Order: sequence, then structure tokens, then C-alpha cells
Amino acid sequence: MSAPPFLVVEGLGVTLAAREVLREVSFALPRRGLVALVGPNGAGKTTLLRALARLLPPHAVHGTVTLDGVDVGTLSIRARALRFAYLPQGHTVSWPLPARDVVALGRTPHGATDPARLTAADAAAVDRAMAAADVESFADRRVTELSGGERSRVALARVLAVEAPVILADEPIASLDPRYQIEVMATLRRAADGGVLVVVVTHDLGLAARFADQVLVLDGGRLVAQGPSDVALTDAILADVFRITAFRAGHDGGVVLVPWSPQ
Amino acid sequence: MMLVVVAAGLAIISLGIGPVRLSPRAVVTALGGGGDAIAEVIVREIRLPRTILAVAIGAILGLSGAALQGLLRNPLASPDLFGAPQSAALGAVLVIALGAADVRSWALPAAAIAMAFVSVFALLAIAGRNASLLLLILAGLALSSLAGALTSLALNLSPNPFAALEISFWLLGSIEDRSFRHVVLALPFIIAGGAILLGRRHAFRVLSLGEEAAQSLGIDVARVRLSVIVGVALGVGGAVAVSGTIGFIGLVAPHLVRPLIGPDPARLLLPSALAGACLLLASDVAVRLIPAAEPLKVGVLTSIIGVPFFLYLIMRERRSLGGAAT
Repeated sequence: MSAPPFLVVEGLGVTLAAREVLREVSFALPRRGLVALVGPNGAGKTTLLRALARLLPPHAVHGTVTLDGVDVGTLSIRARALRFAYLPQGHTVSWPLPARDVVALGRTPHGATDPARLTAADAAAVDRAMAAADVESFADRRVTELSGGERSRVALARVLAVEAPVILADEPIASLDPRYQIEVMATLRRAADGGVLVVVVTHDLGLAARFADQVLVLDGGRLVAQGPSDVALTDAILADVFRITAFRAGHDGGVVLVPWSPQ
Repeated sequence: MMLVVVAAGLAIISLGIGPVRLSPRAVVTALGGGGDAIAEVIVREIRLPRTILAVAIGAILGLSGAALQGLLRNPLASPDLFGAPQSAALGAVLVIALGAADVRSWALPAAAIAMAFVSVFALLAIAGRNASLLLLILAGLALSSLAGALTSLALNLSPNPFAALEISFWLLGSIEDRSFRHVVLALPFIIAGGAILLGRRHAFRVLSLGEEAAQSLGIDVARVRLSVIVGVALGVGGAVAVSGTIGFIGLVAPHLVRPLIGPDPARLLLPSALAGACLLLASDVAVRLIPAAEPLKVGVLTSIIGVPFFLYLIMRERRSLGGAAT
């Protein structure tokens, strides 16, 4: 990708409870595209997303993150919320709210406070997000009554409703069945094609290789590889970082990568 | 809307009940300044402060319960279970035991508010972020036991029976024989605390997504926490300074209105306040109607009704309580 850099990370380090979780991470990402962030458990993937969205205590983070030339550290909490839409891991909803109200919470950074009284612009954004994530058919049902797959699509719609230039999604497909995994990745892919920078944390190297324009590989708090999947997920890196071999093929014009055996 | 009517009706009944019974019509005319001169004195001078306090204290207790449930995303949260009223009572008791001030001075609400603040702050600090239900309730139990133990100590060491009597009053909780002086003492704090809690209502809705998601949507979660602690401390502290501990209204009120209003924690605040006002008005009417050798204290009645309700909630939430332990 030769587009000018949009999200630039330089010398990012995070120290939590006296432990260095991220060390000297630097990379640049373009304005649009789907980026998969992979790495073994404990590599620092979630911490990196939180650092990008400035959800960590400021004293724990050093280095700079700039978005479109603006230092993210200088932004107000609301200005930051308008730029980074964040989907946390697990994404539970504590009260049995209707799905539509949950999606409408995505308009909070735009000043929407009450899902029952949205402005026309906010309501239109909620409708677009619900259509994109295909949740319209159960908009009025309570989220606690939905299946896991339906709930994860509602959570995705909530993130899309922010209409931020950057989406950060932490394991959005964990614990979903294969069909929903593909649907969620395809929805994020469409958002990326529509002009959004999507960074998605996943353990599914196959879906990462298939859907992502770029893959970032983290290991032990360091960035060890970045690039299209044929550059970032080579046999050497899979052996080094994940200690596995992989089966590779092509299908339907796309890349097939299946983790095969431990090394 | 319906709750407003119920609250108004209960308030008029509350004004009419007592050694001299007055019909609702007589109460309304007396309130307006007309009718029988004696009735006017009874209603406006003797019973109105009591009724105002019942409404205000019931409302702030219900509101505090709903706000804590919203903040902690947990239907078992309430000021009583977290030891806030008990600690506020301890503050008031200390002021009296040390002979620091007269029972009607500003020192009393100030001490009650300070202790309520310390207890809620300590609870949230001990339990930590994203605390499980089990952790919160254990920490609350420890704090309310500590406040109770220190109150007993003050009772134990109190130099004269009069002071001991004053102290025991804070443990029972009552709003009988209150004057406008008490209303003036409590109302500013209750209104300030209530306004702070209501001002945060939209944050509670966003918080149903969890603290991290709320933060990512531009909610300053640390500030919301602090303002809830301040709001609950002001409201509950101000209330306890004139009424003593009146338990379980904060826990029960949000549950009464949830089936009517729905689960949205922002929309629940005001109805919970109204339900709290209705509960305390009804309880205060009931203690005057129930024949007993000694006049019943309203705090005793709310606890007798509230604790079985709490047990019922524990049974309903059994699964999540067990799950919280893992």
C-alpha cells in the first residue's frame, strides 16, 4: 500500500504494573484498509489497541500516536471518541436494552444522549449501521435475549454507528460459529472498502490472511512483522512467533492459510 | 406520571393521619391557609415538615440506589448494602458522643456527609474496577459492620443515659416530630446530591456497555464515579443527619419501577426517586396506623419489609452471584 500514512505510531511503549507490555512499537497505516493484528496470547495485542484509543492511564504510555497529523494524546476525550471507535473484547451489555438503543449509544460522541430522541442525522447513522451489520430484523428485541452471534453483530453495529475514521475491534469473532465469523469479517471488510481504517485483533490466521490488506505481527510486546499476508505470515515467522507450520493454497482468487501442526 | 399521583395522594394521607385525624379535604384547605385554625396549625406546623422529609428522604434514597445500580451495572447495588447510611449515622453519633455540637447544628449533616463519602469511596476503592457483585457485597458488609461496631463503641462509652438515648435514635431511624429546622438542615444537601446524580443519567446508559466501551465513547468514567460518590454522600448524609438510618428503600425502589419503566438505567432515576418517596410516605403512614405499645420507628419497619425483599433478590440473582465467584 503506497497511500500516504494516516495513523502513525512511533516508539510506542506501555508499562502496566511495572511490566513492560509493549516496547518500541512503530508503524504507519494508510487512511483505508483492513489491518489484522495477530500474535500469541500475551503478545500485547489488546494493549496496543487500548494505547491507540488512549484508554490506558497516560503515565503508562510513552511514544506518540498521530492521526492525520494530529497528536492523539492532545485530543479531548470526546474528540478522541469521534476518531476511534472501539469494540472491546467480550462486549457484554449489562441491562436488557433493545438492540436499537444499544446501537444508538454509538452516537454518544456526536452528542446524542437519549436513544428515544435522536436527531435526524443520528437516526440515519444508526439505520446505516444496523443495515451494514444486518441487525434490522431484531432491532426491537432485548440484547440479552439474542444469540451470541446476533449479539456480536449488534456490538459491531454500535461501533459502525460512531462513523469514526478508525475502527479498533478486539477479537470480534472469538466464540462465534464459522458463518458468523465470516459475516463479521466481511462487514469489517466492507467498512474498510468504504474508506475506514479497520484494525482487528484475531487469533484466526486463516481469516486474517484472507480478509486483511495488511497484517501486523506482535510477539512479546514487539512488532516483528508488518505487510501483506505473504510478507508478514511467512513460514519463518509462523515458526518463530507461533511455533507452527501452515498449509497454504489458493481458492476463489483468495489466499488460503491453515495452521497445520506445532513445531 | 402515575407515581406522581400516588405520591401526592400518600402525602395528603400522611398530613391527615395522627392523634387528630383530618379528612383529605380538610388537609387541602388547611394547606391553602383556609378552614379551621387548629387544623391549619396541625397540618402546616406539625405534620408538613414530617411529610416533606418523608418525600425528600425517600426520593434521595431511591435515586441513590438507582444511580449506584447504574454506575455498577448491578441490580443488587444500593447505599444500604454498601454501608453508606450506617457510616453517615456513625458520623452523626460521633458528633453527639463527643459533645461537639447541638443536635440541630450544621455539624451533624457535615459529619454524616463526610463519613458517607469516606465509606462509598472506600468501598469502590477496595472493590476496584469492574468489581464482581460478590466483591462489592463483601466489601459493603465489612464497611457497614465496621460502622456498626464503632457506633456500638460510642454507645458503650457514652457518659450519660441521655447521650445513649440520642445515639440509639440514629440506629432506628425515624422522621416523627421533625420541625422546619430539620427540613432546612437536610433539604439543601438532598437537593444538591439529587441534582448531581440526575445530571449523570446519560452516562449510566452508556455505562451499560461496560467501563471500557463507555470510556471509548467519550464518557469520563473516573469523573462519573467521583460525582456519584459525591452525590450519594451528600444526599444520604443529609438525609441520615435528620432521620437516622432508614434502610432498604434504595435497594427496593428501582426494582419496583423496573417492570413499569424498562431496564434503561437513565430513565429509571426519576421514577426510582418517586417510588422511594412513595415507599417512605407509606411506611411512615403505616407506623402511625399500626397499634403498638410504643410508637414504631419507620426505619425499623422499612428494614423488616426490606430484608425479606433482599433475600428474594438474592434468590433471583443466585446464578450471577455464583458466577461472580469464579
